[in-house]
Amino acid sequence: MVAPLQNPPHPKERRLLFANLARPDFTNDIACSLKHGGYEDLKKAIKMKPADITAEVKTGAVRGRGGAGFPCGVKWGFIRPDNTKPVYLICNADESEPGTFKDRYIIHQDPHQLIEGMVISCFAVNAKLAYIYIRGEFPEGAKILEKALDEARTKNFLGKDILGSGFDCEIYVHRGAGAYICGEETGLIESLEGKRPYPRIKPPYFPAALGLYMCPTIVNNVETLCHVKHIIKMGGAEYAKLGRPNNTGTRVLCVSGDVMKPGNFEVEVGAVTMGELINDMCGGLKPGRKLKAIIPGGSSAKVLRADERFKLKSKDADGNPVEKEIGIEDIVLDFDTLAAIGSMAGSGGVIIMDDSRDMVETLANLNEFYAHESCGQCTPCREGSLWMKKITARMVEGHGADSDTATLKSVADNIAGKTICAFGEACAWPTQSFVAKFREEFEAKSKPTAVAGDGHHDEPTESEIALAGVEQ
Amino acid sequence: MSMQVPADFEAKIDAVILRYPVSKRSASLPLLHLWQERFGYISPYAIEWIAAKLELEPINILELVTFYPMFRQKPVGTCHIRVCRTLSCAMAGGYGLMKQLCEKTGIERPDHPDHHDPIAVSSDGKWSIEFVECLASCGTGPVCMVNDDFHEAVSPEKIGELVAHYEEK
Amino acid sequence: MSTATETTVQMLNVQIDGVWTQVPAGTRVIEACQTAGKFVPHYCYHPKLSSPGNCRMCLIEMGMPKMGPDRKPELGEDGKPIIGWIPRPQISCAQNVAEGMGIRTDSQMVQECRHGVMEFLLINHPLDCPICDQAGECRLQEFSVEYGNAESRFLDEKVKKPKKVELGPRITLDDERCILCSRCIRFSKEIAKDDVLGFVDRGSYSTLTCHPGKKLENNYSLNTVDICPVGALTSNDFRFKMRVWFLKETKSICTGCATGCNTIIGSREDKIYRQTPRENEEVNSCWMCDHGRLDFHYLHREDRLKTPKIRRGNTLVDATWKDAYDAAALALKKFSGEQIAILASARATNEELYLVQRLAAALKPTVIDVIARPGEADGILVSADRNSNTNGARLFKITGETPGSHTPVLAEKVNNGTVKALICLGENPLDAGIKPEALAKLGAFVVMNILPDAATPQAHVVLPSAGFAEKRGTMINGKGRLQRLNAAIRPPGQAQVDWEILRDLILALTGQNGIYTIEELFKQMAAETKPLSGLSLAGVGDQGTLLAL
Repeated sequence: MVAPLQNPPHPKERRLLFANLARPDFTNDIACSLKHGGYEDLKKAIKMKPADITAEVKTGAVRGRGGAGFPCGVKWGFIRPDNTKPVYLICNADESEPGTFKDRYIIHQDPHQLIEGMVISCFAVNAKLAYIYIRGEFPEGAKILEKALDEARTKNFLGKDILGSGFDCEIYVHRGAGAYICGEETGLIESLEGKRPYPRIKPPYFPAALGLYMCPTIVNNVETLCHVKHIIKMGGAEYAKLGRPNNTGTRVLCVSGDVMKPGNFEVEVGAVTMGELINDMCGGLKPGRKLKAIIPGGSSAKVLRADERFKLKSKDADGNPVEKEIGIEDIVLDFDTLAAIGSMAGSGGVIIMDDSRDMVETLANLNEFYAHESCGQCTPCREGSLWMKKITARMVEGHGADSDTATLKSVADNIAGKTICAFGEACAWPTQSFVAKFREEFEAKSKPTAVAGDGHHDEPTESEIALAGVEQ
Repeated sequence: MSMQVPADFEAKIDAVILRYPVSKRSASLPLLHLWQERFGYISPYAIEWIAAKLELEPINILELVTFYPMFRQKPVGTCHIRVCRTLSCAMAGGYGLMKQLCEKTGIERPDHPDHHDPIAVSSDGKWSIEFVECLASCGTGPVCMVNDDFHEAVSPEKIGELVAHYEEK
Repeated sequence: MSTATETTVQMLNVQIDGVWTQVPAGTRVIEACQTAGKFVPHYCYHPKLSSPGNCRMCLIEMGMPKMGPDRKPELGEDGKPIIGWIPRPQISCAQNVAEGMGIRTDSQMVQECRHGVMEFLLINHPLDCPICDQAGECRLQEFSVEYGNAESRFLDEKVKKPKKVELGPRITLDDERCILCSRCIRFSKEIAKDDVLGFVDRGSYSTLTCHPGKKLENNYSLNTVDICPVGALTSNDFRFKMRVWFLKETKSICTGCATGCNTIIGSREDKIYRQTPRENEEVNSCWMCDHGRLDFHYLHREDRLKTPKIRRGNTLVDATWKDAYDAAALALKKFSGEQIAILASARATNEELYLVQRLAAALKPTVIDVIARPGEADGILVSADRNSNTNGARLFKITGETPGSHTPVLAEKVNNGTVKALICLGENPLDAGIKPEALAKLGAFVVMNILPDAATPQAHVVLPSAGFAEKRGTMINGKGRLQRLNAAIRPPGQAQVDWEILRDLILALTGQNGIYTIEELFKQMAAETKPLSGLSLAGVGDQGTLLAL
């Protein structure tokens, strides 16, 4: 399995992390990694002061690549300077956000880049014990990581007195077992502690204060930790020149759905627009098809309608506020722009839907995902996610009712903002946005549309949900 | 009915527990994985044995086994297939993949599996299958796993090949 | 359970629904609201357990002072900080108040939150009210009135779960009613120290259960029924027996051991249906043990002693109270003090023991003592001393420093014939080591009790008395706390409350004029007993009074 990268790369790509993955002869053993600059930056970092590493990461201003986009350096800075408890670093390798497929390849094809980034990060925050929480469905990835960690130990990049610095650090692989909620940092921590992965209430359980075993804990995404290596390599200031202010560095976009060439594209943040991504890099839509909808940042991101007009506020050359209206193809793919137009950059998973897709069925597919993955701890998400799934399933089957569209919106509104963790928003935003933006399709199904003589089902068959509207 | 746990297996277990010096409870998931890999599924005895090993109550382990879909409490086929059903793979034909895999392997799978019992097993015990959520390979859908092997871009033409490959083994 | 000595507690300024008030630091937001008269509806929060914040019913609007550029709060026209309200609602059960915090318990946002949560809780909830024990004290019912919808817009099928789970010998669980608040799990782990409950499955299918090999059967299991906000956990003893709104509630105490857990006796028409714990920080927090809770059925036994009896030849025949007292007095007057023994009870009330002391003063028995009941404390609520009023027995000199130390002597004297007249008050003489043959040889054997035992047929006079729930009085628990019993039901048949029996017996023996009310009796008792001086029965209060013994 190799990352679906284009060869040669599109001119707009900037392969920083995926440079090695693009090499046809690159293998995941340490010898190959060392040949291509592996662990050079650890050697550099281990001679720096930990506070200086954090300062570089802050200057680099890299934002979390797991989905929340929170500035990494700021997160590290939340650990109290007077802390005396052990600090833990956890690599969130639980890649489960539908539409996202980047960490998989780093883990399987270039694990040493991740390990190097982790050891540098551990050194920066003084974490002597770290875990890679890898989703259970990557069994081969876990084995690859175990082997890579062993190799790193032999070379003294890990373990006691790393490269003679006096710093001890150990990293272990910890496998998950099929729960999306383990991607939520406090859910992950609970899972690592051996309990049901119920996210914690914040306050008071902010991981930087009360994380793993109630000690300060930093949870970072795989990609983010790799960026740390590159920040050390080129220096924070240089790194910050990539991308745009407040949206620095590169990121790996994952495009799937109704495009000719789905795959991974590493670009400077904000260097491409949606149109460039779809048309120039992905080869456009399938023949005879028109764009209908895009989910720009993993399934939890609010959907964008192809013919939507987006209002963007900015300042002109004289500093006067200016409002611009743009179309979907003009959307610049960075964190701030996507947030400004009412969605999010999230995990970088871009899902393209053309006009062969039924939006009610699409939402039904996602609602089933969220209902399945809800941990069940808090009332609104536990009850609401399954309710929304039942409604859209019933609508797809043709047994919609008058009230369904309004109920969907209302239920989603009652979940978002009321839950313990962001899963509430994650499961509510798809329903809110699909219903709002494709109202006519939902209204059309808010009445019985099953053909007379259909056998009545309690719930639609899975094939009914999936095959209708899915043209091969 | 209790069974003897092989010494080499217990040695592996003990080694894993050492990776969690702060709390033995953290070794719950790794132990469940080790057990399922060795014995195929998590039996009631497994739950009690693991709980005792980690100085926990059996309910603490049962809570985990029933929460995480990867753990099963009944045996599965020699070849266990996981088919992704989430959006991008569904759009690429994941549901059709499920249907055809069932046909090719002789699995009779109900239209609405009970949420307690999502795995369908063939009558000869060689194959079993279930839907799983996004496997993080959306660009090469539809995807599935057969035991620990990952298969991507499993178009209708490739299904026969895939099944044949495993039947040979 | 003991009060912390307070030095000075810092008071914080908190704005609740527009009104600035002072709240002690360390107060939970939800409690601060309660004190300010604003009840915040909730399910999963319990002041004695950890706060998971999962029901989301206690969401309120919260804010902190807006900070100016000088890092100090901006002040409004009233000189008080201006609150910057957080756009997202916050739960109030898991955070303490902070200086300058603002809380809104009743805004439109809060109302919407409550309506939303209420609806979510009801969509999968079975329509069991007509058959559910919790009806009348159910928080779903209660909050539905204010925050529920008259009609449901849920058109789909509810999630089905097991409806009659034998969770343990005393508890039946209905998983469909369960709202997954986890109070029972937290209680079992944190208070009962028996980590036996948990959730299996996931999402909306999450289900409360015990591991198949275990049961919820510890001695505190029934507290989970108390704290379950809905009818998921039910007590087998109470299930389907009585609607709670028919129950008369009487405040009393448990008499199962020296702890004296505060209780509420739920009864109707002279029948007790259940007991539940009553909160007393100094004694039992808000819990009681299963054993004490269920130990009332004996009061309703068919074979309760209901009529006074006098011996005629070989049998006991029914008699009037007057005849019984006269017979007892007559029999006892034949003997001198060295021939008389009194076996009293350390489970009797202070008022009764005070009168026993007066009886002893009149009869001057050669030996008087109680039956000791030593056991093992369980480190939670159950005391090692299984007598509920040993301190009272000591105070009124019915027993010595070591309770029951004279009882072997008493038994020996009865067995060897030295003692010819025995008065047994609320105890079985065979438990003291007295032999049945010796009882048969007594010249006078007066028994006051509630149930017949092996010794009763040997009695010359039987005086049927009242059980703990049928009389008023006080007891002193093992820590020296004076607490009140109240009568929930009347004694059956012609049985009388013990203190009146003793008063009338003393009257028959000595002609001393009686006391007519228990209040007068308490007053007299208090006047004569130093640790009780200045107290009145009313003044003891519902939470009791600590004595200097």
